[in-house]
Amino acid sequence: MNHFPESWGRPRDDIYGTYNPAYLQSTGPKAHTQSPAVTGTSVIAVKFNGGVAIAADNLASYGSLARFTDVKRLRKFSDTAVVGFSGDVSDMQYMDRLLESIDIRENYSTHGNMLNAKNLHTYLSKVLYKRRSEFNPLWNHILVVGFDGDKKPFLSSADLLGTTYSAPHLATGFGAHLAVPILRRLFPEDRPTEDITKEDAVKALRECLKVLWYRDARSLDKYSLAIITEEGVEIKEDQRLENQSWAFAETIRGYGAQVV
Amino acid sequence: MVCLSRPRKLGIHRRKLISGQTSIGTGYDLSNSVFSPDGRNFQVEYAVKAVENGGTAIGIRCKDGVVLAVEKIISSKLLKPGANKRIATVDRHVGIVSSGLVPDGRHFVSRARDEASSWRNIYKSPITVPALSNRLGSYVQAFTLYSSVRPFGVTSIIGGWDSEGELAVDGQVGTGPQSGAGGKVKGAKAGGPGLYMIEPSGLYWGYYGAATGKGRQAAKAELEKLDLGSETLTLVDAVKEAARIIYVAHEDSKDKDFELEMSWISSLDGPTKGKHEEVPKELLEEAEKAAKRSLEDEDEDEGPKGNANGDERMEE
Repeated sequence: MNHFPESWGRPRDDIYGTYNPAYLQSTGPKAHTQSPAVTGTSVIAVKFNGGVAIAADNLASYGSLARFTDVKRLRKFSDTAVVGFSGDVSDMQYMDRLLESIDIRENYSTHGNMLNAKNLHTYLSKVLYKRRSEFNPLWNHILVVGFDGDKKPFLSSADLLGTTYSAPHLATGFGAHLAVPILRRLFPEDRPTEDITKEDAVKALRECLKVLWYRDARSLDKYSLAIITEEGVEIKEDQRLENQSWAFAETIRGYGAQVV
Repeated sequence: MVCLSRPRKLGIHRRKLISGQTSIGTGYDLSNSVFSPDGRNFQVEYAVKAVENGGTAIGIRCKDGVVLAVEKIISSKLLKPGANKRIATVDRHVGIVSSGLVPDGRHFVSRARDEASSWRNIYKSPITVPALSNRLGSYVQAFTLYSSVRPFGVTSIIGGWDSEGELAVDGQVGTGPQSGAGGKVKGAKAGGPGLYMIEPSGLYWGYYGAATGKGRQAAKAELEKLDLGSETLTLVDAVKEAARIIYVAHEDSKDKDFELEMSWISSLDGPTKGKHEEVPKELLEEAEKAAKRSLEDEDEDEGPKGNANGDERMEE
């Protein structure tokens, strides 16, 4: 008789015929870190005259379950930059600790922490690329906002593969599909950043968050908003989308169980 | 052979030890980790001698913060003023100043930073000042045990502020329960100032006021006058006192130029918000000016001889 563990509790071949163990997948490495567990959805950001505004909702989902509803996905680094995280929350915590230790170490020098948002983005993108090269990626898509070395507003993205790109307005996750078209309409390419006021930028972000709340099933109406200007970083973490309502859904006809 | 000849040699030198307290030639001062027959570790005592020649360093603990100050002797006019700081930051809330061999002090600070960061990795919160002092005390003491190493040539003063507020855990993502962290005793005091001094032997105590280096005797006498135990001195006044004490302690080595370096750590609602920072330039200059003035006043009180001293200083 076969005494190997994989046969324990299995029907006996001599009575029931050969058992097909293919689905057991006993070969290959474990891949716990190759898919996210608790995730945050879109982060959106817009450059304006003299700064950058960034927003993300306060939800961390466990699969499709809205598991944590007061999660801060916008992280301040020193007084010079904000990093917005979408994707895996535990990997965000890891990167947050990394940022904390960098800030402490930078402050040991006589000049204090001299890293600007651009330096930080370069660093984080290399961390992300290193980890994907080890087949152990940090499952995040991040937006870094702040100022570059020339004191100009800075906004750039880095994803779990270490890919980077930059634009006057950016969004991650569902926002890349739903928010970016809105932002492109509001701030077309021929409209210079200098034309956009802080209020314009914040209003646009709110508009995008509304659309995302209706269209993205992993989103929440509670959100955080950070505005970074020459004066410093201002983070509001208990914002709420007002007057949102599904009442209009009642009037929609023509799909689901409804009869037209 | 060595063993055979030792007893005779010791017989001679023991007399010397008792009368003149010297250890030279006894053989017991050559190696660390060897006691002399009357229970002393000479290598440690020599390390203390190295400290006694270092620039004076002091620390003052008050209710709302800690001040560190050091007399940095200018060893060359070619050095940039204000560069080569002697007070170092550890984590965000601790400052360390040492007196004695500068490179030993640097290594000591480097170890302190490693301890602080490893504490963060394990406990996800900043290290407390007593815990850091304890670890560093053990580290320094280990250097008195082995013949392969020499003791630290520094006495270090560790000053810091343990947060009295609710601490955010590293990587915390939410706000947590509205009631705050659980398991707390109501009305219990959390956090506050910490000031410790570690000697080359590894011995360390907590202090209200600590002084080490060349001018430590004068500095200690001044610190004792402040009645720090009553915790009535404010942080800003402590900054001024610290500056004055360094100037008083410098009186005995007036031929050398020095720079006054000061740092402070306040409570969360104070000027540094629980962080270790350099004392701002304006306050430092004000304190320095007041210190010089108070010394001049003292000299005047002493009469004609004092006046002469005062003139002498003005010429400098």
